Amino acid sequence: MKRIGVFICHCGINIKGTIDVEKLTEELAEYPGVAYIENYIFMCSEPGQKLIRDTIVEHKLDGVVVAACSPTLHETTFQDALDEMNINRHQLEIANIREQCSWVHDDIEEATRKANLIIKTAVEKLKLNESLIPISAPLTKRVLIIGGGIAGIQAALDIADGGYEVILVEKEPSIGGHMIQLSETFPTLDCSQCIMTPKMVAVNKHKNIKLFANSEVESIEGFVGNFKVNIKRKPQYVDPDKCTICDDCTPVCPVVVPSEYDEGMSWRKAIYIPFPQSIPATFTIDTENCLGFNPIACTKCSDACEPDAIDYDKKPEYFEEEIGAVIVATGFDLYPVENMAEYGYGKYPDVLDGLQFERILSATGPTGGEMHRPSDGKVPKEIVFIQCSGSRDPERHLPYCSRICCMYTIKHAKLYKHKVHDGQPYIFYIDIRSGGKRYEEFVQQAVSEDGIVYFRGKVARIYKEADKMIVHGIDTLTSKKIEIKADMVVLAMGIKPNNSAEKVISNLKLNTDENGFLIEAHPKLRPVESLQSGFYLAGTAQGPKDIPDTVSQASAAAAKVLALLSNDEISHSPIVAIVNEELCSGCGICVSTCPYGARELDEIKKIATVNDVLCEGCGACISVCPSSAAQQKNLTDEQILNMVKIYSYL
Amino acid sequence: MNLPYYPGCTLKANAENFEDSAIKVMEILGYQLNEMKDWVCCGTVFSMTTDDLMLQLASIRNLLRAEEQNLNELVVLCSMCYNTLQRAKKFITEDEEHLNKVNDLMYKENILYEGTVDIVHLLTVLKDRITFDKIKEKVKKPLSSLKIGGYYGCLLVRPKEFAIDDFEDPSIIEDLFSSLGAESIAFPYRLECCGAYQTITKKDVTIKRTYEIINSARRAGCEALVTSCPLCAFNLDQRQKETAEEFIEFETMPVFYFTELMSVALGGGWDKSWSKMHYVDPRPILKEKRLI
Repeated sequence: MKRIGVFICHCGINIKGTIDVEKLTEELAEYPGVAYIENYIFMCSEPGQKLIRDTIVEHKLDGVVVAACSPTLHETTFQDALDEMNINRHQLEIANIREQCSWVHDDIEEATRKANLIIKTAVEKLKLNESLIPISAPLTKRVLIIGGGIAGIQAALDIADGGYEVILVEKEPSIGGHMIQLSETFPTLDCSQCIMTPKMVAVNKHKNIKLFANSEVESIEGFVGNFKVNIKRKPQYVDPDKCTICDDCTPVCPVVVPSEYDEGMSWRKAIYIPFPQSIPATFTIDTENCLGFNPIACTKCSDACEPDAIDYDKKPEYFEEEIGAVIVATGFDLYPVENMAEYGYGKYPDVLDGLQFERILSATGPTGGEMHRPSDGKVPKEIVFIQCSGSRDPERHLPYCSRICCMYTIKHAKLYKHKVHDGQPYIFYIDIRSGGKRYEEFVQQAVSEDGIVYFRGKVARIYKEADKMIVHGIDTLTSKKIEIKADMVVLAMGIKPNNSAEKVISNLKLNTDENGFLIEAHPKLRPVESLQSGFYLAGTAQGPKDIPDTVSQASAAAAKVLALLSNDEISHSPIVAIVNEELCSGCGICVSTCPYGARELDEIKKIATVNDVLCEGCGACISVCPSSAAQQKNLTDEQILNMVKIYSYL
Repeated sequence: MNLPYYPGCTLKANAENFEDSAIKVMEILGYQLNEMKDWVCCGTVFSMTTDDLMLQLASIRNLLRAEEQNLNELVVLCSMCYNTLQRAKKFITEDEEHLNKVNDLMYKENILYEGTVDIVHLLTVLKDRITFDKIKEKVKKPLSSLKIGGYYGCLLVRPKEFAIDDFEDPSIIEDLFSSLGAESIAFPYRLECCGAYQTITKKDVTIKRTYEIINSARRAGCEALVTSCPLCAFNLDQRQKETAEEFIEFETMPVFYFTELMSVALGGGWDKSWSKMHYVDPRPILKEKRLI
């Protein structure tokens, strides 16, 4: 029989406060199999671990039960202690007498009795534990990044610079995301395009980055280190190798549609290049609006194209790539103005959202960077900014703070004032959240130097009268109703997960919160990892954040991926399902039950098999197996029954 | 078809023209508004200013009477009564303790109040049961070229649980009048408060509100307003007298109950007794548009 040592932790008073550890030690000393028992104030401390290590030698132990906190906290700590003494780490069991006992009870006698039973079950399980070694699997040292905004670009460059190959997939014809639309960035007011385009060019030139623009991830199969991704590249209809970007095609194109890049405030043709610095720098035909798919209707661009680069018959191309890890950086969309009834549902041309105003401010925007309002081109002399439009409104809109709006609004007001010196900006706010580095100084400077007027309160309604937008609000600091006859209104719309990412995220079965943002493995300690092994998160897909935070997170995700790829192979937990070939009838119920595709039927032997590397040890197949042929390593039916028996003696 | 109907006090006094025209209109549309028996005042402002159970009693007693009379709903015309009854019902029925207490207070009643009676505004009946398309078919005298502003005030759309339409951007009155052939104008101040009971103690507040609301409507192009609230009607119509005295440039505008104009459009005509219930004489505009 195994010689088992039981170590009971006081956890300060966390356990000892409710459980009589001395009595417990006494009671269990005589339990069959227990060769040694001891209690100590902090088992996880170095002296505590030393106690375990020394006792293993002294009492020739070959198994250890630590009765302490949840195994999610210190199981590895104690497993490592066993490793050091050359005892297999699977000869350790944790009896959770804190979360599941001392914390939830207050009757000392009853809690002690319960702890006694919990420890006995752990001893019973340990008696039949096998010594196991981790399963190793190969590791593909390539990374997929979904989304070519600043998050995806930063992560791609970091990993590529680390020497590993990156597959970067962007659904739009060009990378750049929302950041390339911005005019200037807070708090330093450097030009967004000036700091963004060098990174975009670097992506294009990097020998380790393979860019799939105008493409979508269809599916990802496999497991960490060994994924296969299917990518669909939508046809661009313009051969990038032949196209000389001469722009003879757009003047002849008869179709005019609102430009996405300018947020609908300017026009583009059905054959277009999204913006001058697009990467890849190629024209694209927009399938939805082009008339050329009916050759009788129109072939104007093709006729005008001297190098003959246009081919209307192009079909989507499909690629399969092998990768070892995935970074999801699918970004955000603004919460739609169309949801804001009291702000006019987006029907007033002079009520803009934040991104539209960025385009007005931008030198490459519809007004060439000059301040003109969309309806009649007039220079707005009075302008109202409304913060928290759609954010922090759990009853009607987004419940959360979108984090960037306070700062982008003050930036907007400042840039407006730089362009219209005699103009008056007003800002309605709930709170001003300027928590970043140099953010508060930026706000203070804007208020004192640029004469921006803040009203603490919400705007109840906006309506149009003559050529003015009438803004009805309240200043809650003076309790006065405010009515401003503004020339233009800018709504600091909140941000939400990217609309088109929803499909890919649900295809990948990634967990999202109630607002659709990706969930990190731990909110503080594992902020860039997903709970699904091999998936990492970056940027606003995980939650609202500004550019500095997005770039930090992208680099953090890249570091995590680089750490993974620095291994020669990946190791996988040996706690997997096994099949007793004698008992298996090959009914296949386990194959349809397995959520990881780890179960298959052996056509020759007519029995079910387990792919160790895919198996996550969830136990689903074991519970459905009608003949008990499926067993889980170190959690066999016999072990479970022995554990249950402890309670049946009650 | 019969509809159980709760009138409320004002419809028997200052707003007789509202009740009169509503009954007439509903008859044209094939419905009979059957006044419930033994009703009392809805409780109005008192039940809205405090959550004290005692003050919900008037409303609840009306609903209890309706339960006794085996009615499963009450159609209400007055926005204030509609709102008061809805709020009292919610307050009492959403909390078992409130329900038990209110039943204890009414220990002399024969049955216990259960909360089975629905409260429905006439506009909802017109929109959902009769439908505006059907009403359009019955129009005899389209209100062509009459520019109407629908005035909702507070009570039809707030709190949002009882809103008869989208509480931020309603269109039920506009849609009704479009189906009657009028030109509906959603003017900016249509959801603003008229000043309500301030009209008694702080008349100047309501005068200011009336001035702003009527002017907002005029700037938006309205020639007349319609409402479903006798108190709004009082403030917006009767108070135009003082408003005109206070602001020299102020121009008056007729204010109708929506049912009065429906009667004109559906062939029920204009009852000359209604004219004297208005401060701003509505006849000139009706004559101008050849509606009377």
